[in-house]
Amino acid sequence: MVFHLFIPIITPLIGAALAVLFNRQRIVARAITLISVLINLGYGLWLMSVAPASGPLVAQASGWLAPFGISLVADGMSALMVMLAALLMLTTILYSFASVDEQREQHFYYPLLLLLLLGVSGAFLTGDLFNLYVWFEVLLVASFGLITLGGSRDQLEGGLKYLVLNLLGSTAFLFGCGLMYGFAGTLNMAHIAERMATLANPGLQTVLAGIFLFAFGSKAAIVPLFFWLPTSYHTPPVAVTAIFSGLMTKVGVYALYRTFGLMFQNELATYGPWLTLLAGLTMVIGVLGAVAQMNVRRILSFHIISQIGYSVMGLGLASAAGLAAGLVFTAHVMIVKMALFFIGGAAEQIYGTGDLKKMGGLARREPLLALFWFLGILSLAGIPPLSGFIGKLILLQVGVSQQAYLITAVAAGTSILTFFSMLKIWNEVFWKKSYDDVNRLPRVSFGLLAPGAALVILSVALGLLAGPLVDYNTIAGQQAFDRNVYITAVCGADGCEAVYRAALK
Amino acid sequence: MIILLAIAIGSLFAGATYLMLRRSVVKLILGLILLSHGVNLLIFTMGDGVRRGASPLVDAAGQPPPGSADPLVQALILTAIVISFGFTAFVMALAYRSNQAVGSDDLDDLSTTDRL
Repeated sequence: MVFHLFIPIITPLIGAALAVLFNRQRIVARAITLISVLINLGYGLWLMSVAPASGPLVAQASGWLAPFGISLVADGMSALMVMLAALLMLTTILYSFASVDEQREQHFYYPLLLLLLLGVSGAFLTGDLFNLYVWFEVLLVASFGLITLGGSRDQLEGGLKYLVLNLLGSTAFLFGCGLMYGFAGTLNMAHIAERMATLANPGLQTVLAGIFLFAFGSKAAIVPLFFWLPTSYHTPPVAVTAIFSGLMTKVGVYALYRTFGLMFQNELATYGPWLTLLAGLTMVIGVLGAVAQMNVRRILSFHIISQIGYSVMGLGLASAAGLAAGLVFTAHVMIVKMALFFIGGAAEQIYGTGDLKKMGGLARREPLLALFWFLGILSLAGIPPLSGFIGKLILLQVGVSQQAYLITAVAAGTSILTFFSMLKIWNEVFWKKSYDDVNRLPRVSFGLLAPGAALVILSVALGLLAGPLVDYNTIAGQQAFDRNVYITAVCGADGCEAVYRAALK
Repeated sequence: MIILLAIAIGSLFAGATYLMLRRSVVKLILGLILLSHGVNLLIFTMGDGVRRGASPLVDAAGQPPPGSADPLVQALILTAIVISFGFTAFVMALAYRSNQAVGSDDLDDLSTTDRL
């Protein structure tokens, strides 16, 4: 029993409350936000150093016996995600200091960010299906606030569509929770996993898996459930778009990994080919959607969808190695995607528009910005020695070793299209001659450049020193795919069913 | 009872789907409300003691007391009602603001963020 697992949930909650209280004192509110996120980051790093070696850490809320109460579970995958969420939130907050206007800061911008972190951390740590639903709602309501804060026409239109389609996905999730309770008679994930292995009626299990695939697929923006993403992501301030790109869809990916890796492992044999098909379609349609766009953030938004395809491909390969490869890739893409949003957003802020036709000549004016952008797109496309190369290489290796040649070919081909589409932004924004005099443009401030640059440097470092990352995720993938380890950690060596029976007597 | 509830849930889902496919924002929101009611009722039917066996409340002999209902589904529904209530309030406020900004209730007019 390790009650410190509540730290990453309680810290942002208290931080958000304090930041609301000290809303008028801007410096204090900023300091509180920064400290909360730093605590989460430190705790996440510590968790990553502990979780793979010792096996999953478990805490039972209020000390309830395992299958009855809500369990918090931190295995390698959860620890990695908690750490990444805090790290990305830290860069977002630093970027917000330099870019978000005072109006938004006064209207509870930082508390909303902390509440988003609260929901995300809770979703990564919970071991209870209904509790996962509640965390999804927590992070959704914070994201609704963030995406509509400001109330411009674009934000309201995009926000309405974002909200309705996400509510629909949540309702499907709730629907699945209800059916799952009726089918398995429990909502504790470890207990469900145990009962799934013994309960007859495999047809119903397949249906349940399909419902959860729909619910989490719509959160993760896989084809054909991605339409809420490109219509809304370019409307809020850059910092908000960036943190959404880093966290929102990835929570969906995490939930898919968790449900299919743990509860529906038997169904992966059925769903594996369909998942890889969806993954391939997501990659291709996402990147082709990006090719048609002429706005920096809309191009990047479509690329989020395309990259989600790779993460889903890791799941579709239906093995511990596949999950591990998917995790490496997801970690890489969370970092690099946010870096690109920060740098593209900085360019957007300089020109006052994200329209490619109205931009140009930035490479001469801001060589540092251009350098980091170029490194970022090389990493996203997967050029060695950057982290994207490692992520894609491992994924393709697993694909080849499991004879999934078609999806492997599609994944490799999509990389070229990704690079092509990213080069379009490079050419239009940085390389081509500007029609206006670039010397009259405002200079990029250090605060706008630093967060993106730091993330790009991290991507380079992860590419050069890929060993620890890959080793870590190999263990994390095995843990996520091994039901017995999870069940033993949550309910003890005899399993949840034994505890359940004993408690009823 | 189960048959009646099943018919009610089916009707709620059908009505919700119909309303959500209309072009009016107000009808879209009404559809979302109906959908959440349908799901709540569905969760309710999942705890009837028929489908999943005994409720976790037991007497000394290990049997559920006669006439007892599963309390967990009611707790789940209560949580879901509170959440959907909050979201309904938010989406209504948002729809009102977007109606002010756009001046139309037609979803086809809410397409400025989709244009190239």
